[in-house]
Amino acid sequence: MSKYQTVDYDVVVVGAGGAGLRAAIEASAEGAKTALVCKSLLGKAHTVMAEGGVAAALANVESRDSWQTHFRDTMKGGKFLNQWRMAQIHAQEAPERVRELERWGAVFDRTGDGRILQRNFGGHTYPRLAHVGDRTGLEIIRTLQDKGVHDGIDVFMECTIRRILLDDGRVAGCFGYHRESGRFVVFQTKAVVLATGGIGRCWQISSNSWEYTADGHAMALWAGADLIDMEFVQFHPTGMVWPPSVQGTLITEGVRGEGGVLLNGNRERFMFRYIPEMFQGEFAETEDEATRWITAVVAGQRPDARRPPELLTRDVVARAIRREVREGRGSPHGGVFLDIASRRTPDVIKKKLPSMYHQFKELADVDITREPMEVGPTCHYMMGGVRVHSETQESTVPGLFAAGEVAGGMHGSNRLGGNSLSDLLVFGKRAGEHAAHFARSHSAATIDERQVNAAAAEALAAFDSAQGENPYAVHEELRALMQTYVGIVRTEEDLQHALEQLQSLRQRAARAKVGGNIQYNPGWHLALDLKNMIDISEAVTRAALVRQESRGAHTREDYPDTSAEWGKYNLIVRQSGATLTVDKSSLPEMPDELKQLLKSE
Amino acid sequence: MTTTAHLKIFRGDAQQGVMVDYQVPVAPGMVVLDAVHAVQATQAPDLAVRWNCKAGKCGSCGGEVNGKPRLMCMDRMDKYPAGEPITIRPLKTFPVIKDLATDVSWNYSVNKSVPAFQPPPGQDELNFSQAEADRVQEFRKCIECFLCQNVCHVLREHEKYDDFGGPRFFVRVAGLEMHPQDQADRTGLVKDDLGLGYCNITKCCTEVCPESIAITDNAIIPLKERVADRFYDPLRALWRLLFGSKS
Repeated sequence: MSKYQTVDYDVVVVGAGGAGLRAAIEASAEGAKTALVCKSLLGKAHTVMAEGGVAAALANVESRDSWQTHFRDTMKGGKFLNQWRMAQIHAQEAPERVRELERWGAVFDRTGDGRILQRNFGGHTYPRLAHVGDRTGLEIIRTLQDKGVHDGIDVFMECTIRRILLDDGRVAGCFGYHRESGRFVVFQTKAVVLATGGIGRCWQISSNSWEYTADGHAMALWAGADLIDMEFVQFHPTGMVWPPSVQGTLITEGVRGEGGVLLNGNRERFMFRYIPEMFQGEFAETEDEATRWITAVVAGQRPDARRPPELLTRDVVARAIRREVREGRGSPHGGVFLDIASRRTPDVIKKKLPSMYHQFKELADVDITREPMEVGPTCHYMMGGVRVHSETQESTVPGLFAAGEVAGGMHGSNRLGGNSLSDLLVFGKRAGEHAAHFARSHSAATIDERQVNAAAAEALAAFDSAQGENPYAVHEELRALMQTYVGIVRTEEDLQHALEQLQSLRQRAARAKVGGNIQYNPGWHLALDLKNMIDISEAVTRAALVRQESRGAHTREDYPDTSAEWGKYNLIVRQSGATLTVDKSSLPEMPDELKQLLKSE
Repeated sequence: MTTTAHLKIFRGDAQQGVMVDYQVPVAPGMVVLDAVHAVQATQAPDLAVRWNCKAGKCGSCGGEVNGKPRLMCMDRMDKYPAGEPITIRPLKTFPVIKDLATDVSWNYSVNKSVPAFQPPPGQDELNFSQAEADRVQEFRKCIECFLCQNVCHVLREHEKYDDFGGPRFFVRVAGLEMHPQDQADRTGLVKDDLGLGYCNITKCCTEVCPESIAITDNAIIPLKERVADRFYDPLRALWRLLFGSKS
């Protein structure tokens, strides 16, 4: 029998980025005894890296904006695979969630008349992103953190949750370890909110931090929950490509929102050639028209021209960049150029994009007020995740909730920039609220000692290997595999190859060897994370194999067209015994008034 | 063209530790954190180091590189003379947990003592200008790397953890106090609980701030002025004597 600490809560929130913090604040406000558990120190979660802004139809800059337009943009960006009810709730509630942040102390950039300023972003019809320069995520996480510390939430920092514990199919608690001491801990609780973020550490070129190891996706899968839309992984078009040290580091879409243009190696503005049929007529067709749009926006006027094609959705821009590079029109280090220097004055660039300026100056010796940046796609966001009820965020496992990136359905096949910060506020709040309701209306479940002992034994196995694999090396191979074979463009052959290789990596990960002891041991932590990452990489690969079409972030070279038939289904991944199954699930029927919104231009 | 870097990294805990030598190949543009990760991946898998964003936005990877407090993710290797060893130690002001990770929990407990933003009652939406926002946005750039806390002699040498909040929290209070719509009053808090008077404005904090916040000039000195105004202004003292404590 293993030794472990036991603590008792009504609601345990796993993850302390925007979604987790917002969920914990709400659960606590609902009277639930709430724990907030995070792998890093509080305030360091991935939300801190969000740059460009939070999308909400406040209509401060463009009075024609409305939740209906935001809903339509979101559905269109997701190529209509989104859970419509989530997209609707999101569009309707985002403005209040943003104003609430302001009442909690967030200081957004201002309009001339003293209201929250909004900027343009890809896929959004109107300037919609409330922002703070290019550090919006920091503002949001700090605001929530400073609010949360006064709300009676118990925070467990540097604590990793490994397993959901079940009692007859419902949540009884969760099992994890303190990173610092290595000691095990069992949270006895009626409801768990997963807010663990994404899975980007499965790819080699990624904007994601070490934390994004698919923990929540994997724990939900192992607990028997459905995962949805797992084939849709977003590659952000603009990551840094040089030097190698910073390959993949994010460059905000705000650069393009502020007027930045994409140029290939021949200094040709190539995006005009990549406007997809569904967006025909909505984007500028000449450089002159695109320039007129920017000029008007900069002057604070309503543009009489259409938007530049650089502001197409991320899936479109990422594929276009990939193609330019593949066809030999790339920049010296295998990307393309992103130029803001010729569009805005140095003062404006430094004011609106300060961390981009700093990041390039310090890390790449590039002064973005004078020279273009070199950029290329980087794995950035997981659209797929835990299948949740659109209103309550409860998964298919009673008592298990999910919010933010770990939850699926909201973004369909492609997320619009700015819709992540709003997603985590809107659905973080809802998850916290409904988790608290669930806890109130259910009696305590019983912790099954055998599950705890099994989880503890699994966790310690890596110390038993006398000789074995270096977890860091296995991880690098996984990342290379997913980058090459399950990347932006996929084929059946590549995906099959990836599946075979994942099996062999799984066996090697099981033999991972760890040196040292259990105290603050990153090698051990990584050895454990490999299991999550490999299982979820398999879920992505299997779903990608099944979907024989191209849609949003999922591009199949062997099925290049978007198919009306495939547009009727989401794919659901489940664990059945030792294998993963993929099933089609029909999209829920949308009410007529919303269908009308999608038709209206 | 591959060159090799020679690192000396602190390995140990609060009780004991040694500087251990490592050699790693250097790639173009490499930062100190990359070198530490290379050591971890190939030679010392249990080497403890914190990091997250690797772009100077989260403030996790503070350390003392050749004796200077740095964010390791923004610290270029090519800045250091080739062939000479680079020493990497944990932040001195906080107790070592293991290797380069220190126990910074004290900072979180100080933060709890700062009353939250208090908006004007009954307002759904706040209104203030960009010029007003600019003043506090500088303070809100803080990434909580705690390098300023690490170099502040009131903490580093004099260990006044019970009487002093440190520059990070003067920045935090300044961000609240100078917010155009905030209704709360934290002047007494900075004077008494956070011990602002211990600061003798040597500007060590400002010098190390990776976000270039003018901590001393824009946060600490204006707060000192507010404290002086409130508590040490002779006219106000006379007023209080005559008419009671409410000024």
